[in-house]
Amino acid sequence: MLLEVQGLTKQFGGVAAVRDVGFQVAEGTIFALIGPNGAGKTTVFNLITGMLRPDAGSINFSGRRLDGLKPYQIAAAGITRTFQNLQLFGGMTVLENVMTGAHIKGKTGFIKAMLRRPGINAEDKQIIEHSMALLGEVGLDGSANLPAAALPFGSQRLLEIARALASGPRLVLLDEPAAGLNSTETRTLAGYLKKLRNNGLTMVLVEHDMETVMEVADRILVLNFGRVIAEGTPAEVQADPKVIRAYLGEDERIA
Amino acid sequence: MGRNKIFTKIKKPFLWPACVVLFMALPLVVDSNYITSVLIVIGLYTIIVQGLGILMGYAGQVSFGHGGFFGLGGYAVAVLTTRYDWPPVLALLAAIALPGLVAAGIGRPALKLREFYLALGTMGFGILIHTMFNEAGKLTGGPSGIAGIPYLSTGGLVFDSDIKFFYLVWAVVLLVLFGINNLIRSRVGRALRAIRESEHAAETAGIDTGKLKLKAFIFSALLAGLAGGLYAFYVTFVSPAPFGFNASVQFVLMAVVGGLGTFFGPLLGATLVVLLGEFLRWAIPLVIPGAGGEYEIVFFGLILVLLMIYRPEGLGTLGKILTSPGKKKPGAAEAGIPGGGRGYEVN
Ligand SMILES: Nc1ncnc2c1ncn2[C@@H]1O[C@H](COP(=O)(O)OP(=O)(O)OP(=O)(O)O)[C@@H](O)[C@H]1O
Ligand SMILES: [Mg+2]
Repeated sequence: MLLEVQGLTKQFGGVAAVRDVGFQVAEGTIFALIGPNGAGKTTVFNLITGMLRPDAGSINFSGRRLDGLKPYQIAAAGITRTFQNLQLFGGMTVLENVMTGAHIKGKTGFIKAMLRRPGINAEDKQIIEHSMALLGEVGLDGSANLPAAALPFGSQRLLEIARALASGPRLVLLDEPAAGLNSTETRTLAGYLKKLRNNGLTMVLVEHDMETVMEVADRILVLNFGRVIAEGTPAEVQADPKVIRAYLGEDERIA
Repeated sequence: MGRNKIFTKIKKPFLWPACVVLFMALPLVVDSNYITSVLIVIGLYTIIVQGLGILMGYAGQVSFGHGGFFGLGGYAVAVLTTRYDWPPVLALLAAIALPGLVAAGIGRPALKLREFYLALGTMGFGILIHTMFNEAGKLTGGPSGIAGIPYLSTGGLVFDSDIKFFYLVWAVVLLVLFGINNLIRSRVGRALRAIRESEHAAETAGIDTGKLKLKAFIFSALLAGLAGGLYAFYVTFVSPAPFGFNASVQFVLMAVVGGLGTFFGPLLGATLVVLLGEFLRWAIPLVIPGAGGEYEIVFFGLILVLLMIYRPEGLGTLGKILTSPGKKKPGAAEAGIPGGGRGYEVN
């Protein structure tokens, strides 16, 4: 198992945002995390990426204990993410956003950068090529020199994904990548995620769009009020009455 | 249209060197000690604000304590040359190193503070240093300071005139401008800008934001120390007065006036604020007889507040020519005030 989460718990004041959550993600799969608003999905991401410290529980990544590490150390360990409320570097160009995502691939330091020692250009050139290739994959290479903030919303989501991929991570956490996308964009996104999985990337996907989840996920974990209420394949979860009750209300069906 | 394009294409590579050459000829053409000395002061402040600009405009951290680093540089030169007979060049190196070391020491705890508290913390540091200059009489000469600092000299070269000092200071300004221009376009520059844009995203991109902010802080302290050391060699005398809280506020004002995160912002800001200060020094006694420097700070504070409210991106973005040649898009997004409306919510 690439990622093993056990007994993860996080309280905010009196509210238990995440309670005793455990799951395992196999390498090369897409693992979906679903649940109603406020179920604790984003909090799980914040705990895995070290932006929050768990009150209890453990996170193991490729056999290495991650809880307690800082976010940048976790990024260096091979986990990156996107944000539900976009966190682009808005004043930087689209290309610079992706190049910054590749930060850990470079070595240039403060002094070397100021003196523009030889070797910097070569390093930058490589990172630019790599970043442009990633932008090409999401169809944003034509906008490379625009400020990221000038992109339409859907493109900004794709840019966040490209940025998250730039460091060559083994695991990417995607927080509602389809939110705000139209249906064509959503289908393209789903295709892209499957392609990434076929290339060996592991992903954890938080998404409200059930069609996308059912289409791409290998396994699904359902949270409600911070607790795990079900886990299984898309078919199993879809058929689980607990899920239907808690997640969709009494009379709806999962698409 | 096409013709225009060709014209600018030919002109551009020569524009900046031409400006530099014209500027450098200024003290030779305008034979005025007053103007030369004002230009030297502008140059010294530009050096400080260039460092502060990296800290504020790129790393998004404020400091109201750089008067202290400026003073540490000045006093390092004064004490080492007059009390310990250090060679001037070595003393100047110490003037750079000492504030750097102090910044490394206080930076880690200080930069854990956010926005308002960081402003308070650095302000406290500046006041502490300033008090030390006043009180540590044996070492610093107390309120009357230290006189008799020798000229800066290396080999046969002695910087014993305003003109020579003008060239020295502005050569340093250009060097720093060159270094910063390289820095902001590099991997480190991208990381610094990323901190300003979204600290969370920067961290998840693998950037050790705490360490990078500390480096920016140290860098800004080194430059303030360098300016302080040069200042001491220039006036050959130091006292606590120019290194107090007033100075710290002025530096922040210069950084903001010029436009945070813009290439020529520090130069523009230092120029405007120094000229304004000269004007106020002349004008205030006309309006309020017998008034001293204490009124200047009121005006500066007022301008700072008004700018923060009405033009937080500074004046550096007014004309496109004033922004970095390579920058695609000037404007509000380029000029983040530390914490200016950018939330740090985890989501
Ligand atoms: N930093 C925080 N401080 C206090 N409470 C928080 C914080 N982050 C999340 N919460 C609370 O924890 C609970 C879970 O929130 P979380 O954002 O993880 O839900 P979510 O499943 O991602 O919801 P959504 O689908 O709306 O994004 C909510 O009640 C939320 O208000
Ligand atoms: Mg969420």
